[in-house]
Order: sequence, then structure tokens, then C-alpha cells
Amino acid sequence: MSLDLAYGLSLYGVSLLTMGGLYALLTLGLNAQWGFAGLFNAGIAGFFGIGAYTSAFLTTAPTMRHIGGYDMPYVVGIAAAMLVAGIIAYLVGKVCLRLRSDYLAIATIGISEIFRLIVNNEIDTTNGARGVSEIPKPFEHWPEPYNQIAFLVLVLLAVLIVYVLLEVARKSPWGRVMTAIRENETSAKAAGKNIETFRMEGFVIGCMIMALGGALMSQYLKFFNPAAIDPLTATFLVWVMLIVGGGGNNRGAILGAFLMWIVWSMTELLTSWLPSQWETPWFTLNDLATRASYLRIFLIGLLLQVFIQRFPQGILRERRPSFSGD
Amino acid sequence: MSEFINFYFIPGLILGSIYALGAIGITLTFGILRFANFAHGETMTLGVYFTWTLIQFCLHTLGLEMSNWFIILILMPISMLFCVVVVLALDRGFYKPLRESPTIMLVIASFGLMLMVRSAIQFFWGPQLKTVLPGIQLPMVFFDTIRIAPKHIWIILSAIVLIALIHYVLTYTKIGKAMRAMSDSQELARLTGINTERVVQATWVMGAALACAAGVFLAVDTQVETMMGFSLLLPMFAAAILGGVGRPYGAMAGGLIIGLAEELSSYHWIGDGALLNPGYKQGIAFTVMIIMLLWRPSGLFKGKVF
Repeated sequence: MSLDLAYGLSLYGVSLLTMGGLYALLTLGLNAQWGFAGLFNAGIAGFFGIGAYTSAFLTTAPTMRHIGGYDMPYVVGIAAAMLVAGIIAYLVGKVCLRLRSDYLAIATIGISEIFRLIVNNEIDTTNGARGVSEIPKPFEHWPEPYNQIAFLVLVLLAVLIVYVLLEVARKSPWGRVMTAIRENETSAKAAGKNIETFRMEGFVIGCMIMALGGALMSQYLKFFNPAAIDPLTATFLVWVMLIVGGGGNNRGAILGAFLMWIVWSMTELLTSWLPSQWETPWFTLNDLATRASYLRIFLIGLLLQVFIQRFPQGILRERRPSFSGD
Repeated sequence: MSEFINFYFIPGLILGSIYALGAIGITLTFGILRFANFAHGETMTLGVYFTWTLIQFCLHTLGLEMSNWFIILILMPISMLFCVVVVLALDRGFYKPLRESPTIMLVIASFGLMLMVRSAIQFFWGPQLKTVLPGIQLPMVFFDTIRIAPKHIWIILSAIVLIALIHYVLTYTKIGKAMRAMSDSQELARLTGINTERVVQATWVMGAALACAAGVFLAVDTQVETMMGFSLLLPMFAAAILGGVGRPYGAMAGGLIIGLAEELSSYHWIGDGALLNPGYKQGIAFTVMIIMLLWRPSGLFKGKVF
């Protein structure tokens, strides 16, 4: 193997791991909602997008294309992203959390679609479909491979911090109440726990973590437009990651994110190598590469169905903390 | 005045009937199977593509010469049947195994199916835009001012026929009464000896047939594209919640209200400009839904609240 090829492959590996890490943040956020509190968030894309846009508006250099351009530090961008997403999550939760989880699912997919509508329509504010570009990225002025590696380390550090915090929360009395509510709402209520408050905490924390993922994603890609707020790649894929990895288990969430991201990008590579046409004696298939990309989504969907029917625990099953603290 | 009727009220009525037909399926699955079915929009898209293929087959392969309306009238029941078969198969394969699980698993399954069905449609038919009915039609003029395109008259008449049919089934047939009973109270229905599995199947049959019709009406009115069902999902959920979950008549009323509200919102009620940027039409349904969830989650017709 030539040196160039090895260099290229390891750069590809770095980008694969960076994206996997960013998805791990989204999956951990979802785990705080689904795994801890049993809440179905069908609008991950929305909170991810809210985080990405908030951080992008604050950190970009002054510009006429969209609002913001305050040239603020990354940390401010990320903190604001989490704050805004948290406030919106709180409002959505206020409306839906006293009802069953289905309503939250409908409302969150609604929020995510409305947010996409707004960023597409308010061209003066968000630059519409052309999106926000030239988003500053941490370490981008470092020499070539090191800037990529440094950003990867930053993402992995964020994953680690979120993981440790969520683990502490899970093992704390708070986490045990969450499990109790998820497993048996009535008896948790009988034990005097305020179910709505606990659910709200899980939901808001999850959305804030998703916004963190979104903010870092916009910095990583240096560009963000409404197409990125896609229910397919930003919501559905995250669900598959969590269900496959193991809902309720933070390590499972991280494993699922990396695993499914690798599967997702590898199959994308495979479909891009397909010929454009496939002729058989009976019929001709055009646009084979495009069609195969749909087949890929179909198969990922099927994988989700297989897991929820046959292996609802996922790869790493949930472990209950013991009273002594695991 | 004629402008208001021709460009805002009639389109609102059309859109409303489409939402109404679609929302009946949503509200029945929500009431009887107890989960929000995210894949319902995709059933519509599927019905549209079945109909489109049948039309192509009849016109080009068989070379039949038929008027546009006649051909859709004949072919729509066939594609409804296809939709019913597909939906019953999906129920067997993906929903039935989860009937004993918490209902939220069904929501996840339907969310997955939404993307699976859509990607299957994109795989077989490709993502390009298509049209069901070629050519431009001259509108018919009534009382010198009201202009309605023939396709709109056709959609409204067919919607009325379908709604009358549903009314008959729900009020006078045994299975329809069983469906309403089960939507009211699952336990009581079971106690009176209703075969719940048959009711579940009847729910899928009715929902799929109506979804197919709603989809075809939308395709006649606009175009055929793979995202058309998904774009109706939120208004249909809103219509079901507005009317009251589990209430088919509520869903019809809710659909009409939301359809009209969406179209009328861009009328220049105050001043010269549209009251609401037409780009935000979809936001109306969401706003109505949030208001209902805050103010009266049981909806206008006292539906269920889970």
C-alpha cells in the first residue's frame, strides 16, 4: 500500500469517526428521552437544526446574507444553541408531556417541519435554501491533518463528557425515578413522584444534547442549510442507531451511533460504484445508483423493524443500577 | 367576492375534503389500534402511484380511448384494493407482532414503515414528478362569476359519495358499529363479544381505501410526487386531534376546517397583502393542533385523550 493511499484512508477514518461522534451526541440525547423517560421524539432534526443555526448565527463573521454574524467564540455559540433548544423543548413539553407519548411524537415532528419551513422562507434572516456558509471551525488554521484530528478529539471529548454526566444521572436517585416512571407510571405516581417534572427534565436535557450535536455539526461542515434538517438522516437514522445499540444503555447509544454510521457510509460508497444502467433481457433499470440509495434506506428501515420485533433490547441491553451505585 | 370564492374558498374546500378523507384513517387507527400512524401519508402516495401505473397501462399499453374522469373512476377502486392488500400485509408483518407491546413501539414501527414505503416507491417509480391527467382544463362558469375547474367538481362529488358511504358503513353495518364501539371502549367491546381482530382489519381496510382516494384527489388537483403523502401527514394529525381522536365525523369536520383555514389564511383580509405568507400554510395545521392540545385535547367532538 502506498503512503498516499494510507494517508487518504486514515483521513477518511478520521472523518468517519468525527461524524460517528457527532451522531453519538444525538443518540445520547435521544437516549435521555427514550431510554430514560420513554418519550418518543420524532423531531430530532428540528432540535439539531435549531442548535446548528443558533451557533452558526453567533459565531460567523459579520455578513449581510443572514442575521447574526457576531464573530463570537465557539463556546458562546454552543452554550446559546443549547439554551435556545432547551427553551423550545420546554415549551413543547409544557403542551404535550401531560398527554401520552404519541402526541409528543406528532408535536415534535411538527416543530421540526415548521422550523424547516421558517429557515426556507425567511430568506433575509436565514439566507433560505442557500444556507449559512463560512461557519468558523475550531482548529481550522492548524496544518492539514492536525486540524482534522484536533476536531475529532474535541468531538470525542464532548461525547465523553455527555456520557459521564448521563451515567452519573442514570445511577443517581433521579435516574432510578426515571426508570420507575417509564416502567410503571401509576406506581411511580403513587410513590409521590411528580411525573411531568421528571419527564420534562429528561426531554429538555435530551434536546439540549441534540443542539450541542447540531452546533458542533455546523462547525464541522462549515456550512448548514435547511436540507440538513432532514427527517431521514437526522431523525430516523438516530432512532435506528439507538434501537440497534440498545435503548436505555448509554454505551449502547454510542456503539449504535458509530456502528450504524459506518454501515450507512460504507453502503453509500457501495452504491456510488454501481453502474448507471442494468440491462436484462426483459427490462432495463436506469439510474441504478439513485435507486440503490433508496434500497439502502429501505434496508435500514427493515433493520429497525427486525430489532424492535426480535431484539428490542438492542446489542447492549439496559443495566439497572443497584442501590449501592452499580 | 368572486375572487374570494374562486381562488380561496373553493381550493380550501378541495384541500379540506382531501384532509378529511385522510384524517378518517388516522383517527380510526388512533382510536382503535391506539397509536399515531406515521405511515398513513405513505399509503396515500402508494395509492397515487398504483393509480398512475394503471392509467399508463390502460392508455398506452392497452391503447384504450376513454375520458379522463371515467378512467379514474374505474381504476381508483382497483388501486384502493391494491392499497388495502399492501396495508393488510404490513399489518401482519410489522404491527401484529407488536400488538402486545407498549403502543409506543407501534409508533416507532409506523415511523420506520413511513420511510420504508416511501423509499420503496422511490425505488420502483423514481423521484421524478408525474401527472395523472394531462392537459389543461377550462373552468366551468356558474352565475357569470364562479369558475370551477371540472376536476374540482369531480373531486367534491366523489368526496361526498365516499363520505356518504362511510356514514352508511359506520351507522348501519355490524362491522361499522363494532368499529365505533371499539373506538369508544376496547374493554367493553371485547366483553360484548366483538371480534377485535376483525375490527382491526376493517380499520385498516377503511383507512387504506380512503387514503388512496384522498391521495388520488390530491394528485388530480396537483401532481404526483413521492413526498405528497408526507406533506399531508401533519394536517391530517391536526384534523384528527381537532375533531377528537377516534371520532370519524370529527375527523371530517376537522379536515374541512383545516383545509379552509390554510387556504383562507393567504386571503388579503386586512390591507392588500396576503394575511399570511402562503409559504407558512402548513404552519396553520400545527398551530391549530397546539391550541387544541392546550385548550381541549379531547377535540371538538369529545374524542379520547390518552
